[in-house]
Amino acid sequence: MTEIRYLAPQTLDEAIGAFAAAGSAARILAGGTDLLVQMRSGAVKPGVIVDIKKIAEVTAIEQTADGGFRVGAAVSGAVLAEHPSFGKIWPGVLEAINLIGSKQVQGRASAGGNLCNGSPAGDSVPAMVAAGAIVTAQGPNGRRDMPVEQVPAGPGRTHLKPGEILVSFTFPPRPKGSSDAYLRMIPRTEMDIAVVGVGVSLTLKDGVCTAARVGLGAVAPTVLLVEPAANALIGSRLEDAALQKAEAACSAACRPIDDKRGTIVYRTKVAGVLLKRTVAIAARRAGGN
Amino acid sequence: MAKVHVTTTINDEPAEYLCEPNDTMLDALRGPLGLTGSKEGCASGDCGACSVLLDDRLVCSCLMLSVEAEGHHIRTIEGMAHGDKLHPLQQKFLETAALQCGICTSGMLMASAALLQKNSQPSEEEVRFWLAGNLCRCTGYDKIVRAVLETAEEMRGAAQ
Repeated sequence: MTEIRYLAPQTLDEAIGAFAAAGSAARILAGGTDLLVQMRSGAVKPGVIVDIKKIAEVTAIEQTADGGFRVGAAVSGAVLAEHPSFGKIWPGVLEAINLIGSKQVQGRASAGGNLCNGSPAGDSVPAMVAAGAIVTAQGPNGRRDMPVEQVPAGPGRTHLKPGEILVSFTFPPRPKGSSDAYLRMIPRTEMDIAVVGVGVSLTLKDGVCTAARVGLGAVAPTVLLVEPAANALIGSRLEDAALQKAEAACSAACRPIDDKRGTIVYRTKVAGVLLKRTVAIAARRAGGN
Repeated sequence: MAKVHVTTTINDEPAEYLCEPNDTMLDALRGPLGLTGSKEGCASGDCGACSVLLDDRLVCSCLMLSVEAEGHHIRTIEGMAHGDKLHPLQQKFLETAALQCGICTSGMLMASAALLQKNSQPSEEEVRFWLAGNLCRCTGYDKIVRAVLETAEEMRGAAQ
């Protein structure tokens, strides 16, 4: 039997030291809703488990001086849902995070874990890509920031360097007239993995879309930032012609696989349809802001 | 393998136990702690039969390491009744036969109690969404959902 050690450091420096020293045998434990399943199935056999939930910065939700938010990587979906203002300003990000699993899973699962698990179908990721969230990671060589879309490297893989720990997400301040939304297609009504997931964040001024970002999940080896779709929306009044261009851009960005959840043709079609529906929800919300 | 000593609180009582670093909370509950009310259905967080409250938050005990309980408070089905007096949800489940084989029942009760703690007047849709992480292969869910709604109504009446 392999020796397993469990560590729950109080500081990031300690956690990084332990994580880096243990090398590839170490696993970070945030909510554990993926890690424990992987350990149970034998897919992962960690020598060291580094629990990061005792580190204040990794479990905090703060409003930044410029009016944005910094959300610790290990904040659970249930805790984020109870924050008095996060969900009003980023309803799309919150609804995406709150789609991860059951209420029981929500009590533990975090956006940081969802991102680091590296699934192309992780629900929180397209919404955070659309939001323009910035990831802060810290490792033995210091701290660095990068856009969320630069973290996934492929199914089950990330661009985090050895010994690096995902610390937090920073969400930018929101101009007036901004909102976001996330929709996913699943064959059931609850508790399933996305066949396609679309996150849209946009800003409207006098009915004109002045800024937009589109994140697309489950249709490629990584979640995609679809700039041509956003560009089709920017400058428009979200009229049919602009929506059709954005829809076509989403479908064109798809590089999906055929699997039991959906075929290539189906996913490609649904990506465009969901884009239009998600834009409509984000625009309605933005109109009220 | 070196066992880890954990000091925690379970159902308002101090508790301690020894566990392996990779044991789940469910392993500790059903093993050294002898609290076998929480059930293992899937062991992968899908069925909810092992639902407990961790610092009053609903979680699957199969998706939590037992070492993580250190310094926290776990509530299990064993702490639901007060002595011989059943919790209103337990009473209602019995009266309306909101169970058949019983494997899902402790998880259903823990999850339902967590819902009513948060929302004393849930709609049927809210109950169904909240219990989406608790699988029952006997009842077809309808009796369970009705039992939760009726209990909520009675508890609201009793609170007035």
